[in-house]
This record gives sequence, C-alpha cells and structure tokens, in this order.
Amino acid sequence: MSITRTLDPPPAAEQSRSRPVKPRRLTWRRALRRDWQLYSLAVLPVAFFVLFRYLPMLGNVIAFRRYVPGGSLFGEKWVGLRYFRMFIQDPAFWHIFTNTLILGGVTLVFTFPLPIVLALLLNEVRAAKLKRFVQSVSYLPHFLSIVVVAGLITQLLSVNGAVNQGLRALGHAPIPFLQQPGWFRTIYVSSEAWQGVGWGTILYLAALTTIDHQLYEQARIDGAGRWRQTWHVTLPGIRPTMVTLLILNIGTFMAVGFEKILLIYNPLTYPTADVIPTYLYRVGVMSGSFSYGAAIGLFESVIGLILVVAANRISRRAVGTGLW
Amino acid sequence: MTSRGYRAFQVFNALVLTGVVVVTLYPFATIVAQSFSSEHAITAGHVNVVPRGFNLTTYKKVMSDSAFWTNYRNTVVYTVVATAISMVLTTCYAYVLSKRQLKGRRFLIGIALFTMFFNGGLIPNYVLVTDLGLRNSIWAIVLPNAVSVFNLLVMKAFFESMPDELEEAAAVDGLNTYGILARIVLPLSKAVLATMVLFYAVSFWNSWFSAFLYMDRSNLFPVTVYLRNLIAGATGGADQGTASDTALQIGANIQAVTIVLTVVPILTVYPFIQRYFVSGVMLGAVKG
Repeated sequence: MSITRTLDPPPAAEQSRSRPVKPRRLTWRRALRRDWQLYSLAVLPVAFFVLFRYLPMLGNVIAFRRYVPGGSLFGEKWVGLRYFRMFIQDPAFWHIFTNTLILGGVTLVFTFPLPIVLALLLNEVRAAKLKRFVQSVSYLPHFLSIVVVAGLITQLLSVNGAVNQGLRALGHAPIPFLQQPGWFRTIYVSSEAWQGVGWGTILYLAALTTIDHQLYEQARIDGAGRWRQTWHVTLPGIRPTMVTLLILNIGTFMAVGFEKILLIYNPLTYPTADVIPTYLYRVGVMSGSFSYGAAIGLFESVIGLILVVAANRISRRAVGTGLW
Repeated sequence: MTSRGYRAFQVFNALVLTGVVVVTLYPFATIVAQSFSSEHAITAGHVNVVPRGFNLTTYKKVMSDSAFWTNYRNTVVYTVVATAISMVLTTCYAYVLSKRQLKGRRFLIGIALFTMFFNGGLIPNYVLVTDLGLRNSIWAIVLPNAVSVFNLLVMKAFFESMPDELEEAAAVDGLNTYGILARIVLPLSKAVLATMVLFYAVSFWNSWFSAFLYMDRSNLFPVTVYLRNLIAGATGGADQGTASDTALQIGANIQAVTIVLTVVPILTVYPFIQRYFVSGVMLGAVKG
C-alpha cells in the first residue's frame, strides 16, 4: 500500500501498457465491478420505492378490475371503465368535484400570495432581533400535528369558545361554526393560512437576500421610490421562487388538505366540505369498495399530474422557468 | 427620499407584524388557559386567555389515565424506530445519488423524483399494507413512509457539496466505500444529519393517519389518534372524523390538557431546533 503511494508513476505506466482502451465508455459490467459497494447501498432504498411507491401505482389496475377482499392484490376480473363510469354518474360526483375545485382554488388564492406579502414586510424590518422573533413565532404552527390544529379549531369555534365569546360581547347570538356549511371554507382556508404563512416565507426570504444591491442603487438613481423599487427589483428577483412554489401548489391542488378536512368536517357540513379524497375515503376504506375507491383515486391523481405538467409548460412559455 | 411616507409605512408594518404574532399565539394562549380552568367556567364561556376556576385536577385526571400514557409511549417508540430506519435508508440513498460518476444515477434519481408528482393513491396503498400483513404493527406506520423525497434531495445536495479530495484520499488509504461513508463523510455531515433527524422525528411525532387507518386496537394508537378520538367524541371506533358539539361531552378542559401535553415536547425543543429546520429547507431549495 505505502509503496504504491510513494511511487506515483506506476499507475500511469500500467494504463499505457493496457489494451487500447475505449476511454470513458463505461459498460454496466465495469460499472458494477467498480462501484458495486455503492450499488449495494442503494438496494434497500430502491426496494422501498419499488414496494411502497411503484407497486401501489400498479395496484391501481384494480380500478379496472373487480377486487375481492382477501384475493389477489391486482383483482380478479377485467371490468374496463365500469368504475370510472360509476363515479361520473354518481349523484355525488358533481358536488364533490366542484367542492374540490372551489376549496383548492380558494386555498391557493389565499395561501400562495400571503407568504410573499409577509416576506416582503419582514424584509423591510430593520431591527434584526425583532425580525427573528416574528419569524420564529410565525414558523411555530407548521410544527403542529394536524390533529392538534383540528383540536384548536374545535375549541376556538365551539359555542363557548373564544370566537363566540367575542360575538356575544358584541351582542350577537353564538354561531355553531363547525355545524354550518356556509362557514366551512372560511374556517378551512384560515386555518391553512394560520399554519402555513410563516413557514412559507422561508424560501422567499432566502431569495430576497440574493438580490443584487446594485440593482436597488441603480433604481434609486433612476428616481424610483420604495414602491417602484419593490415592483421593479424585488418582485422580479423572487419570481423564480414564486413560479416554483406556484407549480408545486398546483400539483397538490386536487389532494386538498384531506387529513384536516377529515378531522373537522361532519355530515352537516358535507355540502361544502366533502371533497374527492374524503369521499374516496368513505367509499373505499369505510365501505370497503376498493375497486371503486381506486378508480376515484386514479381519477384524482391523473388530474393532479396533468395540472402540474400543464402549469410547468405554461410557466416555461410565459416566464422561461419551470420545475423541469 | 420619501422618508415621511416610509416612516408611516414602518409604523404600519410594525402593526401588521404585531398582528401576525398575536394571531399566531392566540390559539395557544386560549388552549393553555382552558387546560387550567374548570369545566364549568369553560362551558359558561368565561375562559379566554386567562384561566378561570384555576385548578390542576384536569392534568391529574389525564395523566392518571393509563390509556393516555400507553399511547404516548407508542408515539415515542414509533417516532424513534421510524426515524432510525428513515435515516439509514435516506443517508445511504442520498450518498449513492451524490456520486456523479455513477452509471445509472439519473435513473436512480428519477424513480425517486417521479413519486413526488404521482403516487399510488390511498386504496392501493391500503390494500398493499393489509395484504403484507402489516396491520396492527409498527411497520404499517414506519415502512410506507420510510423515505421522504424532499429529505433525500436535501441530503444529496449536501453530499454533493463536499470536496471530492477527502474521499479520494481516504480511498488511497485503503478505505472501501462503506468505510468512507461511515468514517469520513458522516462525521463531517453532523449538521445535516441533525436536521434530517428533526425533520423525520417531527413528522412521525405528528402523524396520525397511518395509525388511524391501520391500527384497530387502542393499545397500539399513538397519542395523536388518542387526541383525535377525544375531539371526535368517539371512544376508539374507527369511524369518520366527526367534529361536532358532541365533542363537548368529552369536556373541553380534558381536550385542552391533552392538546397541551401533546404539543409540549415540540414546544420545548422548538427554540433550539428551529434554525436547523430553516437551514434544511434552504439546502433543499438550492437543488430541489
């Protein structure tokens, strides 16, 4: 070992002696011989992805086959598009489909711009300590379990809760918020905003620090005030971040906050709260119609995929950047 | 300089940010106040941010409930085991993916990335976990969520940023790949490892849905499912999530105490770990 290290030339000599090598053409054989230890480290993780990510994707064939509980993972008999037709003709279809779009849309409209606004406001704070304090506090809700958030919502909005105390103080009769379909979207979107706004600022604040200060100097020389500097320098500076996050948000559009809805909705609020994933959960898991549930799930994830791809394409054409 | 307008803006800004802080902390304040209040005061609508009918009996009551402690212990066990397994898998894979000269690297990255945009969906996963016989075992919680692609990308970005010379020198000294990873790379990656442990630990600590789906026996529940059942006013049956006023029959003070006890571990470590999370997100954003 130590000898080869002190003698530098030999490897070169060895190389020149060996057959006229096709340089850089790495065949699988040679790659395996050289890097087998690296590949061995990838075995378990790849097994994870195959078993728990790709096998379920294949498992979606039960959306086209009749599944019998206890039978094959991939169902028993082809039934074609029967379950998809069933879903589209389901009396609940339009109602949950529009609920999903509305809830997803309203959530996006509020939770996408709010972190940008907060990040811009934080960026204007001169006192570093104050800024850090506000940041720390605003990140906090992100670390809570959805169950805890649901608990906070039920407590705050209960008939004797803080919100109704306020209403009573104003001489208003208490409102059973969680029992009224009309309030559901407001409650859901506010809680999403409450939990996500602060955390959402991190990437924007990072992007803000990368903006070249000379651009601000130049803008000032050109006579731009604070507003125009924000508009012409700051916003373009964080545009790539905005685009990336927008595309990612659109990708999760159809999934909405399934777990949270499951925790805070109830039959009284189904008219506005029931969305595709919650309906899928009731039909698939609770009633055990696996094939039908899988068809609904596939419908949802295909639309989700189409939305991401479309958003990415539009953003590449419109602003020149995308996720891929 | 529009210094007058700017000063007005600074005042406005301070007000808005104060508002953000108040709104963020207010729900915590009410829940803590309720946890120390008497049930009577709560149902009468007297409790806001100041406890009324101050007492510790609710804490004593919840903490003497053996089911609560069983579930709390489950949460700790699930979190520790799941985080350990996730860390091993994520570290190994991220290290492999960080090797630029590796043949098939793009494919290996691709199979992970694709799962960010498309997944099998609830039912096929449910069927798989059930068919594998994982129901009512810790593996139903640990295995299906073992690798987070986001965390994987963060670690990969970190490993890629390490200088190659160190590893080359170690290879010359006769260390094999495993040795290089264990003795050279990992000791230099303590910060990112800590961040990843925290990311995983918090997400497993907070998770409830896998347990809710796959656990039928209440002695296997994590504390999040215990809390969920309190909120839903259910007594352990895996029915739908109903949050109605029947929840009030459980006693708002008991719910409040359970919420506080679930959140306390996170709140106590939060001030110390927060910056690791932030740096983790930044690291992920560079490459992800």
